[in-house]
Amino acid sequence: MPVAVRLEHVSFAYGPGAPALRDVDLTVERGEFLAIAGPNGGGKTTLLRLILGLEQPTAGRIEVSPRRRGYLPQRAQTPIDAPLTVRELVSAGRVPRSRLLGPARGSDRRAVRDAIDRVGLGDRADRRLATLSGGQQQRAFIAKALAGEPELLALDEPTTGVDVEAQEAIAALLQRLGRELGMTILYVSHEFGAVEDFVERIVLIRERVVFDGSPSDLPGVWHDPSHAHAAP
Amino acid sequence: MLHLEFMRLAFGAGIVVGLLAPAVGFFLVQRRLSLIGDGIGHVAFAGVALGYLLDLPLVLTALVVSVGGALSIEGLRARRRAAGDQALALVFYTGIAGGVVLVSAAGALNVNLFQFLFGSLLTVTRTDLAVIAGLGVGALVLIAVLYRPLVAVVVDEEGARVSNLPVVPLNALTAALAAVTIALSMRVVGILLIAALMVLPVIAAARVAWSLRSTIVISMAIGLASVLAGITTAYYANLPPGGTTVLVAAAAVLLAELRSAPAHLLHRLAR
Repeated sequence: MPVAVRLEHVSFAYGPGAPALRDVDLTVERGEFLAIAGPNGGGKTTLLRLILGLEQPTAGRIEVSPRRRGYLPQRAQTPIDAPLTVRELVSAGRVPRSRLLGPARGSDRRAVRDAIDRVGLGDRADRRLATLSGGQQQRAFIAKALAGEPELLALDEPTTGVDVEAQEAIAALLQRLGRELGMTILYVSHEFGAVEDFVERIVLIRERVVFDGSPSDLPGVWHDPSHAHAAP
Repeated sequence: MLHLEFMRLAFGAGIVVGLLAPAVGFFLVQRRLSLIGDGIGHVAFAGVALGYLLDLPLVLTALVVSVGGALSIEGLRARRRAAGDQALALVFYTGIAGGVVLVSAAGALNVNLFQFLFGSLLTVTRTDLAVIAGLGVGALVLIAVLYRPLVAVVVDEEGARVSNLPVVPLNALTAALAAVTIALSMRVVGILLIAALMVLPVIAAARVAWSLRSTIVISMAIGLASVLAGITTAYYANLPPGGTTVLVAAAAVLLAELRSAPAHLLHRLAR
């Protein structure tokens, strides 16, 4: 399988303090659904931001081959005060794939409608985002990322603040979308109980990669990645 | 009152400013940059002072200096050389200090300055109206043409960066549009009050609108109504039009708040 993401000896520090990541090596193949887990402050979000080019490594090398990238940030929410409908949110995600000037084309409107339908919000497309439940809002943000037809979809704690059922539903949705659309998916979470049944591979991060393999190979104690014994 | 040419010129300029200021302000408010208009307004004051000193058209010097100040604020923010409020403070105070020094050097520290600070019905010339209409309509067309990418950046700036949208040029364009709006509006509303016309209609509209698109349309309608009502009141009551316009816009916020209050109360009672 062709490689989507490759990190070689990557380190990163915010300012002059201790490094957030140290000597990380990681290879992700195209079409893979990878969970990145670890304790709070372990460097998961930093790793994702480095892969997406939002931060630059202080050492090492990063190669990301997919050019079309979607990103669902931690506690995905929009900073704006004005009322925003689901369709307007998802349309914003379509802009990078459409012409910049002038109104949206018919094909763009169809792509937006398809993305909304894919996450099961077709009957709420013109509802205000603020009137939806936390799980539905997350689905709307996933639709926004999908509207850009990403080859690489990066999600940072996408299930924070939603109940367990919604967490599993979102993970199942991502697994299905990944297969249907052939996307590479990077799923960051501080708890991986909700996704371990849906991913082929989990990477545990605590400043460095402390585990990289199948969820079934994880010792039971590591199912709580914040546990003191999580690191070897 | 429309038989008077200066009133027709004031209304002509007011219509453009009333539509343009909230259209630009919409993007500033959503990016939590409501006060950037104030900062640029103070820089525009330095531009007016420079015009006095060099005996150049004041709208032109205010325009050039304002755009320079706005791009400086955006540049400092984008390069993370300073937090947004620090960048604003730096340009804000440099602008007002530079303006005071320049206007004093030009010997123009007199009552004429008040016309630029708070607006005046008497100051809009035919040339001014031509400049205001030309640049104002151009700015509105630019916003209409770039509406979708501008909204994409406002809704999720980091997501826009990740997906390779030209975020830095789009943010610089927003800042430049704010500067143009302020330079064009200083005759009618005044440098010190134009920021209010960029922000208050948007705040009012967001309380009654049902989508982003409806917010921007309603805010432009409120801006236009505020300017027309403000100029009319200023004429009959012999008041500065900037003050009356902004008070009308503030009243619109109050009305919108009262209109949405029953819904909030019912929601709270239901809980």
